[in-house]
Amino acid sequence: MALFDFFFHNLTRAAAVLVLVILGGVIFSLVYGSLPAIKAFGFGFLTTESWNPVTEKFGAVAPIYGTLVTSTIAMAIAVPLGLGIAIFLTELCPHALRRPIGVAIELLAGIPSIIYGIWGLFVLAPFLQQHVQPALISLTGDVPVLSSLFAGPPYGIGMLTAGFILAIMVLPFITSISRDVFDTVPPVLKEAASGVGCTTWEVMRYVVIPYTRVGVIGGVMLGLGRALGETMAVTFVIGNAHKVSSSLLAPGTTISATIANEFTEAVGDLYTSALIELGLILFVITFFVLAAARFMLMRIEQKSGA
Amino acid sequence: MSLYSSRRRINVVATTLCWTGTIFGLAWLVLILGALIYEGARGLSPAVFTEMTPPPGATGGLLNAIAGSLVMTVIGVLLGTPLGMLAGTFMAEYGRYSKLSTVVRFINDILLSAPSIVIGLFVYTVVVAQVGHFSGIAGALALAVLVVPVVVRTTEDMLLLVPLPLREAATALGLPRSHMLMRVAYRAAKSGIVTGVLLAIARVSGETAPLLFTSLNNQFWSTDLNAPVSSLPVVIFQFALSPYKDWQQLAWTGALLVTIAVLLLSITARALSSQGKHK
Repeated sequence: MALFDFFFHNLTRAAAVLVLVILGGVIFSLVYGSLPAIKAFGFGFLTTESWNPVTEKFGAVAPIYGTLVTSTIAMAIAVPLGLGIAIFLTELCPHALRRPIGVAIELLAGIPSIIYGIWGLFVLAPFLQQHVQPALISLTGDVPVLSSLFAGPPYGIGMLTAGFILAIMVLPFITSISRDVFDTVPPVLKEAASGVGCTTWEVMRYVVIPYTRVGVIGGVMLGLGRALGETMAVTFVIGNAHKVSSSLLAPGTTISATIANEFTEAVGDLYTSALIELGLILFVITFFVLAAARFMLMRIEQKSGA
Repeated sequence: MSLYSSRRRINVVATTLCWTGTIFGLAWLVLILGALIYEGARGLSPAVFTEMTPPPGATGGLLNAIAGSLVMTVIGVLLGTPLGMLAGTFMAEYGRYSKLSTVVRFINDILLSAPSIVIGLFVYTVVVAQVGHFSGIAGALALAVLVVPVVVRTTEDMLLLVPLPLREAATALGLPRSHMLMRVAYRAAKSGIVTGVLLAIARVSGETAPLLFTSLNNQFWSTDLNAPVSSLPVVIFQFALSPYKDWQQLAWTGALLVTIAVLLLSITARALSSQGKHK
């Protein structure tokens, strides 16, 4: 019995260590796989735009640009919306509806990414193409900066559509984490603010949000991490064009969409290696975003525990 | 008085915006599910479950894709669950306050939300590139890597909820620690751990990106796990992006099937976990 005890203890420890080994393996395999590309292109990989499989010249600017732009659009839509829903759920919603609405929003997170993709391609993109994008183009035609942001023909697919779908996908993460950290605010603080005559909005704006700021930022970063790495939904609607375009309506590409679209067609070691290096870049970016998010959420947990 | 009324106006505007935002958010769920049911149900027929994926223009179903998805998911879960449970057990029981647990917890959270396409690249370099060909085994391994962090997380959380006196009582009766864990702690945490496994299944059954270059796809019935295997998400991806109407119809039907499966799993998991809380 004692022998089994010893055995079981070490088995669990080995499993825990194996989790570390998996992450180590991920990092090692990505670095190892991208070595040929790193040797061939060096830092130029991060600064050149051309992506030409025929001449084997690869640069990561277009996918990195597309990843950042689509994630920015997603966060610009999802953060205010997610915070609004979280405020609604903690302060305004009738008690009986609180759980069903919360569950419904979280179900959005459960829908697989590929479903968002097929819906975006066949339902959302045609709708945007016929009704929203022409209006955007004609409305902003005479405004100096906006006209270049919304220039060109309405393709339907493109960076704006991808950003929009990403916004719907990260919304439930931002909502549920914001709601959880809002719940860590001691009721007595809110009661005191209401007691001196604050309106519901003022209680949120001047008491709850400042108190939970770190946690909310953590939740937003977690959503950002999702948006950066999201693959299938974006692959369907981004258009997969390797160029940097100032117009948000233009087709573009992201790191993950490039890998998903081209990996199985990649011929030659250098092409494959360039795609793996893209994966490495994506992993490094999301690693730091997620690590920062976890760190901030850990701090708010400690605060509520103390 | 005017100051107060302007504050009140701001309050009304802000709360109205929160209401609208919530309705807006719920509208997307309705729109997406509505489109899925509308487009997907049209293609539902017995042939979907009895015939193989067709070449363009022919009739067919999704049988090989459904079977491939089931097999790879089952293997992935069978590989990932014990590993995740053991690691979670270490963190909650043996090494609760140790440095190793803190590090593993952090790394596990990173793995939990790491882009799944990166996991696909990892399995590609470690398995596919070494063996030389795509295979169902590689696909199942990629899914296993995605299962582990979910199970680790819930196992640890659930074991931490088991009251200490329960452990003390078992230990006082003379049970060695490993037996105490298996007969008392696991049993008390059972519904929570099952919830975690269900959530993990729900997560991997819709995963596409890591399968694209591990298990690839296969037009035919295949029981050979050492060869490329078809899976529902990959078939949806290929068929939806194809120019053929009947392929696109099958993609919608497949999407409906995957969504029903995933939502049923997550609703069951939710029901199980809330049942545990009321006790």
